[in-house]
Amino acid sequence: MTRTLAGATLKVTLLVLLAFAIIGPLANLVLWSFAERWYFPFKLPVTWGVRYWEVVFRPTGVAMASLATSISIALLTVTVALAVSIPAGYALARLRLPFRALIMIVFLLPQAFPGVAIYINVARIFYGLGLTGTIAGVVIVHAAHALVYSVWITSAAFAAVDRDLEFAARNIGASPGWTFFTVTLPLAAPGIIASAIFVFLESLDEFTGTFFVGVPNVSTLPLLLYSASMGGNYQIASITALILLVPSILFMLFVERFLKADVLSKIGR
Amino acid sequence: MLRTDRAFGLLLVAPALALVTALFLVPLGYSVVSAFTTPDGLGLGNFVKAFELYSGDVVYTIFIVVTSTVLTGLVATAIAGYLTMGETHWLVTGLAWLYRWPLFIPFIVAAQCMRTFLAKNGLANNTLVAFGLIEAADTVSLLDWRGVIITFVWKQAPFVALLLAGAMASIDRATIEAARNLGAGRLRCLIEIVLPQVMPTLMVGLILSFVTMLSVLSVPLMVAGSQPTMLTVDMAFRINAYGDYPVANALGVVSYLMTAIVAWFYLRYAVRERGVA
Repeated sequence: MTRTLAGATLKVTLLVLLAFAIIGPLANLVLWSFAERWYFPFKLPVTWGVRYWEVVFRPTGVAMASLATSISIALLTVTVALAVSIPAGYALARLRLPFRALIMIVFLLPQAFPGVAIYINVARIFYGLGLTGTIAGVVIVHAAHALVYSVWITSAAFAAVDRDLEFAARNIGASPGWTFFTVTLPLAAPGIIASAIFVFLESLDEFTGTFFVGVPNVSTLPLLLYSASMGGNYQIASITALILLVPSILFMLFVERFLKADVLSKIGR
Repeated sequence: MLRTDRAFGLLLVAPALALVTALFLVPLGYSVVSAFTTPDGLGLGNFVKAFELYSGDVVYTIFIVVTSTVLTGLVATAIAGYLTMGETHWLVTGLAWLYRWPLFIPFIVAAQCMRTFLAKNGLANNTLVAFGLIEAADTVSLLDWRGVIITFVWKQAPFVALLLAGAMASIDRATIEAARNLGAGRLRCLIEIVLPQVMPTLMVGLILSFVTMLSVLSVPLMVAGSQPTMLTVDMAFRINAYGDYPVANALGVVSYLMTAIVAWFYLRYAVRERGVA
């Protein structure tokens, strides 16, 4: 009896410790966002308040401008990534391609190499082309980095579409193009949406590429977070961090709705 | 017909390939050429200079990344192992709900969390003091190499645990039951029966984590001080302060080599596994 009691106590203690290690850092973020004044040696904020939330959410403020920039860049990145990935994904799933495995690996490479070393050279090339500090420059950098998600997932989505439905449409006289747009594409849509969400988040959270290519004109939320934090303004940094967390958590809760098992099992094949 | 089919396929893939070529393959080639180009032609001069200035940071980077990878592996194995073999229902449920949280949190947000949490006056120290576990005067800031390792493990262990738990769920439970019936403890079962079967998944997860940790700029910038620091920060400094591309690219090639060594170990391991099977 005492042994099971001791065992239960140990288990509860372990779970509480783990919860503290995981939730604690996030809780500290929330504390800072509501701290108007907080300094050593006080364990909790000296003055509580929502003043900094007002500063961040003021429509004319820097934070709202960064949020608008971040969302525009993420939407444009999704557009660019899907525009090249839908044809590529279809070809990889359905057509006979030489060096198919090699082509799949090429899209993985940008994620498999230490990024900083690549981005400093992208920035140098962009400088010659007048692309540093432009939205367009940042968008294509984000898109190239996220292609592994969009190409691999759209390809899996096309591979999961039942071919007999396409043959049936062709048999009753639909052209290949008409079949693609009325049968294949709508059936692959949930997988394509899932890949779009991956690309959107990847772009929204991206720091390193924007840091080198976006300077000095493009300020996204991660860059605002960084400069606020390094400048010692932990309130602005924490609130920006919390804004960035919202889409990540929504994604964690809903991703399984879009990414079904039949598509999931074909990713990377 | 087959020929036109192939040509059509390549045409459809071409824009995506062009994007990767322009924004990854070309800069990659550029960085390697720049690293080996000195004022006197091709040579190793940039590497000599890079090592004179940053050999300490090369060792520091290897130390941080290797330690974080090992700890990530241990924590992830413990979490996934308990999720698979745990017998206390509420603990398994609680753990399954808890451990995923850092998974989708961006590195820059994780860095900001830890910058406040691990500080001298952060929630970690303050909680320990509040429970009387340490004296307020004895608190130390963990915002140095320890903070970087903690942040990396906090962020990557859930990712590896997720992969591992999936792999462990799909192995044949009969082998585990048999070993348990013969009297093997759960820990022994995990190490001798379960772990060998999910080793390939663990290796893939740890290699992806290794490369990720080698690439992240925000965590060493925000969590630790400036000296010593990781190679990513040195590269950024070399560019932003001096516009010194040759030395920055030499450091870049050093980081490619670290990735290549890990990839080589993995390939050798994968080939040997396949050879046995």
